[in-house]
Amino acid sequence: MSKDKVHEKLKILSDAAKYDVSCASSGSNRANTGKGIGTGVACGICHSFTEDGRCVSLFKILMTNNCIYDCAYCVNRRTNDRPRATFTAQEIVDLTIGFYRRNYIEGLFLSSGVIKSPDYTMERMVQVAKKLRNEENYNGYIHLKAIPGASRELINEAGIWADRLSVNMEIPTELHLKKLAPEKNYPDIISPMGQIRDSILMAKEERQKYRKAPRFAPAGQSTQLIVGASPETDRQIILLSSGLYKKQNLKRVYFSGYLPVNSYDQRLPAINRPPLVRENRLYQSDWLMRFYHFKAEEILSEDQPFLDLDVDPKLGFALRNMHLFPVDINRADYEMILRIPGVGVQSAQKIILARKHRRLNSLHLKNIGIVMKRAKYFITCNELPAHRIDWEPQRLKHKLLCEMDSKYKKSLDTQLKLFTDFRQALPPLH
Amino acid sequence: MKIYTYDNTFEGLLTCVFECYNRKDFPVDICSRTGEQRYLFVEKIDIETNPQKAERVWKGIQKQLSGKNKQLLFYAFLSEEMGIEMKIYRFLRRLFSGHLNLETDYGDSDVLYLTQTSQKVKKEAMRMLQFVRFQRTKDRMFFCGIEPKYDVVPLILDHYKKRFADQKWLIYDLKRNYGVFYDKDKVEEVEISKKQFNTLTGQVNKQLLDDSEDFYQKLWRSYFKHITIEERKNLRLQRQHMPRRFWRYLPEKQGEKK
Ligand code: SF4
Repeated sequence: MSKDKVHEKLKILSDAAKYDVSCASSGSNRANTGKGIGTGVACGICHSFTEDGRCVSLFKILMTNNCIYDCAYCVNRRTNDRPRATFTAQEIVDLTIGFYRRNYIEGLFLSSGVIKSPDYTMERMVQVAKKLRNEENYNGYIHLKAIPGASRELINEAGIWADRLSVNMEIPTELHLKKLAPEKNYPDIISPMGQIRDSILMAKEERQKYRKAPRFAPAGQSTQLIVGASPETDRQIILLSSGLYKKQNLKRVYFSGYLPVNSYDQRLPAINRPPLVRENRLYQSDWLMRFYHFKAEEILSEDQPFLDLDVDPKLGFALRNMHLFPVDINRADYEMILRIPGVGVQSAQKIILARKHRRLNSLHLKNIGIVMKRAKYFITCNELPAHRIDWEPQRLKHKLLCEMDSKYKKSLDTQLKLFTDFRQALPPLH
Repeated sequence: MKIYTYDNTFEGLLTCVFECYNRKDFPVDICSRTGEQRYLFVEKIDIETNPQKAERVWKGIQKQLSGKNKQLLFYAFLSEEMGIEMKIYRFLRRLFSGHLNLETDYGDSDVLYLTQTSQKVKKEAMRMLQFVRFQRTKDRMFFCGIEPKYDVVPLILDHYKKRFADQKWLIYDLKRNYGVFYDKDKVEEVEISKKQFNTLTGQVNKQLLDDSEDFYQKLWRSYFKHITIEERKNLRLQRQHMPRRFWRYLPEKQGEKK
């Protein structure tokens, strides 16, 4: 391959790929069979972090940014005047292997604009994955984007080679999808999602019966929603994503704060910065539903369509439900301990275990890692006099906000990555 | 007043524990013979490492600790923190006296310290999975020189051995001056005397690098730059996830070089 040409293409196509927020490499435990190259690590590994603070786990690239469609929110739309490029399958394979061998990446995330037709595009993407698996004996991570409108056969083949598949929904409601991406349609997004869900479930069942049965996207499927390009409320978005988790069995729903890339388009809101705080609050809500046993309705009630941008949704819940607090650290059940602001999943588990040995006091809690500055208003333990003394929610909120010294405020983090399930194989003692 | 000294290996420490029971001793401290001398007027007993005795203690530990925590003490030991020996020793005294589920008594300062320290070590091991970068040499070997905060190279062998089963690689701990080498068959511990790499950055001398190396590094730097979204710039978050001390080993953080 001509080095300079490949370099040029890489610049164009990585630049065009950056808007997809997913980069996770989790959920695969593919083994390296037959002394080839590559393994899956269930918890995923981030290999680098760009200046925007986002994790680089996969080599995220478009096969082409030549697209026949004209979606309003997308830089690669047909009517934009931009440099265009297309990789050959072999070029992508070589780059992936070259990066992988140097431990730059966990694998490949291949997406693409639509050339000629969805099938034509999907077929080429599948070819890349197939080459990697068969010709390179590669067992690292592969995430393929399923192109809406591609045939069932191609989606099926994609699932055989890939670890994860995703169909991006982008716009949360059919009405606004029609408006912003007139060439796409809702059923073309929903039906491959359903197909992938069914195939994953079937393959899992098969593999329980015969260990040699073929896998199908063992790391599951995900999707992405653009936040703020269309007028849906947070409540709509959260209900949608909780539905996607439950009904479509998705592993992850990603939120991408709308970046005003085509500000000339009148159908889009006039903003000049992506709504990052809102995006972060949505991630926190998602986190609460997945790891803190919160229900969607607890995070936003019917009369409250948007998340509070000032406080995180967990604190918001506590402030709205002061009657549930203070929680007795030494007696409350796990569910309630999880709901205390300032207590994370790990700390909650520690509390449950540690209190079997002795009654815990506030010093114990602090050492275990609980943010007492925050938690103290919501708990009682051995000696701690309840700080609540009938705090009025608005006043308490104000007080907590003032106490959040900006120096200690964590920078907005949409990764929320935990290394909790990092398990190293038993190291030999000798 | 008595102190035990050992050879700074985990087995050595376990042998000390064995001897405490064997000799019915309660040393006031257990220290490495290789470290600095902290005591002047105490009786020092040099304990010689004995694999059989260590093994017996290890088996005893394995019987008592629950699955997730079986490696707790080994990880904590790898932190090389000052005074870790006595914390492990006190922990074992309680463990062997029959305290059930001792490893979850987070209200106890030793237990909490050992748990948190072992977590720090695990996190550092994770970082060795994240930030190791190989350079390909002319003789088709993939080399990385790096400096982990704790002695975690033993914990990551297995990962690299499985992942890169078909390539020769060498990961070298620049600070502790030893490395592990995989020859597509087995892993060996090595110490390099004549170093053909920069001992600060792990950079292999140019003339030894494979011709493709420069190209891939250049591509990777380019990729790294172009995948960034300017409008979302957040350098603090970047540093939070990727501490500065690793930057000198990462090709993507080196300026464009001619
Ligand atoms: S189909 Fe995809 S690449 Fe093409 S314009 Fe729409 S969003 Fe962009």
